[in-house]
Amino acid sequence: MDPRLRGDDGWFCRGIASMIAETGLAALWLAASLALLQLVLAFAGLKGGKPDLLAAVRPAAVAQGVLTAIAFASLITLFLRSDMSVLLVVTNSHSMKPWLYKFAGTWGNHEGSMLLWVTVMGVAGAAVALFERALQRNAHMATLGGQAAISLGFYAFLLFSSNPFARIDPAPADGQGLNPLLQDPGLAFHPPTLYLGYVGLSVAFSFAIGALLTRQVDAAFARAMRPWVLGAWVLLTLGITAGSYWAYYELGWGGWWFWDPVENASLMPWLAATALLHSVTVLATRDALRAWTVMLAVVAFSMSMVGTFLVRSGILTSVHAFAVDPTRGSFILGLLALYIGGALALFGWRIGSVREGAPFELVSRETMLVVNNLLLTVILGLVLIGTLYPLMTEAFGHKVSVGAPYFDRIAGPIALALMVAMAAGPLTRWRKDQARAVGKRLLIPLCIALLVSISLSLFAWGRIGILPFLGLVIAVAVGVSSLAPLWKRKLLRTPLFTYGMVVAHLGCAVSLAGMACDSAFTVEKLVAARPGDMIQTAGWSLRFRQIIPIAGDNWTALQADMDASRGGSSVLIRPQSRFFASPPTTTSEAALLTRWDGQLYVVLGEEVEGGRWQLRIWWKPFVTLIWLGGIMIALGGALALVGRERRGWLMKWRAREARR
Amino acid sequence: MRLIVALMLALFVTPLGAQTALPPAPYADRQIADPALERKAKALMETIRCLTCQSQSIADSGASMAGDMRSQIRERIMAGEQPEAIRDWLIARYGDWVSYEPTAAPILWPLWAAPVLLLGLGLLLLRGRIKRRKRA
Repeated sequence: MDPRLRGDDGWFCRGIASMIAETGLAALWLAASLALLQLVLAFAGLKGGKPDLLAAVRPAAVAQGVLTAIAFASLITLFLRSDMSVLLVVTNSHSMKPWLYKFAGTWGNHEGSMLLWVTVMGVAGAAVALFERALQRNAHMATLGGQAAISLGFYAFLLFSSNPFARIDPAPADGQGLNPLLQDPGLAFHPPTLYLGYVGLSVAFSFAIGALLTRQVDAAFARAMRPWVLGAWVLLTLGITAGSYWAYYELGWGGWWFWDPVENASLMPWLAATALLHSVTVLATRDALRAWTVMLAVVAFSMSMVGTFLVRSGILTSVHAFAVDPTRGSFILGLLALYIGGALALFGWRIGSVREGAPFELVSRETMLVVNNLLLTVILGLVLIGTLYPLMTEAFGHKVSVGAPYFDRIAGPIALALMVAMAAGPLTRWRKDQARAVGKRLLIPLCIALLVSISLSLFAWGRIGILPFLGLVIAVAVGVSSLAPLWKRKLLRTPLFTYGMVVAHLGCAVSLAGMACDSAFTVEKLVAARPGDMIQTAGWSLRFRQIIPIAGDNWTALQADMDASRGGSSVLIRPQSRFFASPPTTTSEAALLTRWDGQLYVVLGEEVEGGRWQLRIWWKPFVTLIWLGGIMIALGGALALVGRERRGWLMKWRAREARR
Repeated sequence: MRLIVALMLALFVTPLGAQTALPPAPYADRQIADPALERKAKALMETIRCLTCQSQSIADSGASMAGDMRSQIRERIMAGEQPEAIRDWLIARYGDWVSYEPTAAPILWPLWAAPVLLLGLGLLLLRGRIKRRKRA
């Protein structure tokens, strides 16, 4: 009898465990073979013009989606059962962990997150196969072929260098646990949303490849690609917003963005997707910016690959504590070179045959959207250069850091210029407009900007920096002007996607206001206090009642009970310092008290001499606007997506009715 | 006044002490009484890398070395030093790596030139796309 089958649980349980892991692995291999088949079928079918070969492409894509879903479900099951015969579960889980973190822990590690990526890609491929109707048949098939080609690389990566189903024999008694920083509901939400977004961009990339191969870069291609770009963009926005808030409350230093390389890695695809979203609209509406849109689709997916490479390869050291392994890094680097290089080569080879649209008038919506694209691309370029630069100088033996001071100073002003363009763009007409007319429409926001800057100067001159000052002024003015497209319109007859644009642009202004308020008006107080002490800061009174020990599922903590009040009745807040046994780590759980005009943020530090405890207290006026704005941006994108799809569906329905 | 004298003395003593053991860090988590000076110190701390952590500034780090550096910065600011002078001192001591603000070292010139180059290139491309105003 196989020794693995003889255990305390009995051979039957071991047999089931073994079956789940092997099923997952088999499903993964089958899915990979189907991807290869899909690529060959699409290529041979298109090349030889054989419709019977092409007929098999869609079923292959659908079956692949089902198989990857089975593989991923198997891995989740293994984690939920705490199956310690699987290496990945041993290194990243522990039987005493709450079930949510066992579940989310499935993708809180390298192999699992790559399997998640491949699964989302497989399911998205199935969706493209099943639901895409706008494209001509051969462009559709070429798109599916492109999707298969991308998937293959990731299957190879998983199966040859990061097998999530690898077994360990003999199985240890229990696992090593998950990094406590990751033991948070944020983990259940943040990585999957980002990955869904990345994969959405991979679909857009496949559309671009399909369009290049079949020489059909036109408005129909733009309309087919747009929902994927919009969807990916919505998810990236949500993912970044969630990640930022997660870091803000979990890391306990009150910051929401650090220009950390891993954060930049998620920001770059978002910047590219934002640019793509706007250029694809120009292509769909005016049939212009063809080459540029294809280029952006390539860049957007490249950025999500670069992001994955930076995070996964371990080339960067950062607060994001995922598994790191340089050999895997070179694998991803190879894939990166293959796909980006291949796509650029294809672009160079085919783009000559793509006719450029007509040039624009200087004052027109098209020009404004091109300005948007230009500024976003410049910011993207700067973030990319700033992130990679330290790696490059390190290769020359000179270690440098490029951080917030650089990005704030360089990208900040460009982002503000972008906001101004965002205010003017929706108020400019397509094709041709008069500069004076646009100026007239911007008159009210301009007056408001003037008013805000005068009152800010009177109220806070010399106390706030130039960027937060400009940020506040621009946020208010842009917020007002972003509503302007709705003025003098019949609100009920305004299309849903216009509302989407208004909400998203307003969200940008709201978020900017939050960022500016946070950096301009945050009040910090560091204090070493004894139980019984009273602490005053920024209009708040905090009574430090007591320190008590408490125990959670897999941690123990010291908790400070404090009464916080601002005039009226007091609220109990409880910052904690938590100790995790496996792996041994201390984390601080900040206490956050949210009010309409800001957040009180209290962190319990270490004990200092004399029975006093180090406390860090921040009052952050309107800081929540940052994430509220992020949610509004995503909501705007979702409204635009639904609005566009519904309009397409209605038009089709009307056409069918008319034919009757 | 006595405090300042004491601090000045402490400053003179620290370099000697630093060679043997960690210097005491009275201002690691204690703010300067003058809010303007504290703001200056905080702004500098946010741009100095914690050398023992992963990707954190010393303002955000709980590491003991970061605490020592925060204390050093607060004490030097109180002694009237300018933030940029303190940054230079830190760079001289720990290398360019310590400053999140890239220095003006020649190897970093392309980094500072990048925004101008990218914007210029973009505008050049944009010019080609926009219709010239027709002569009437």
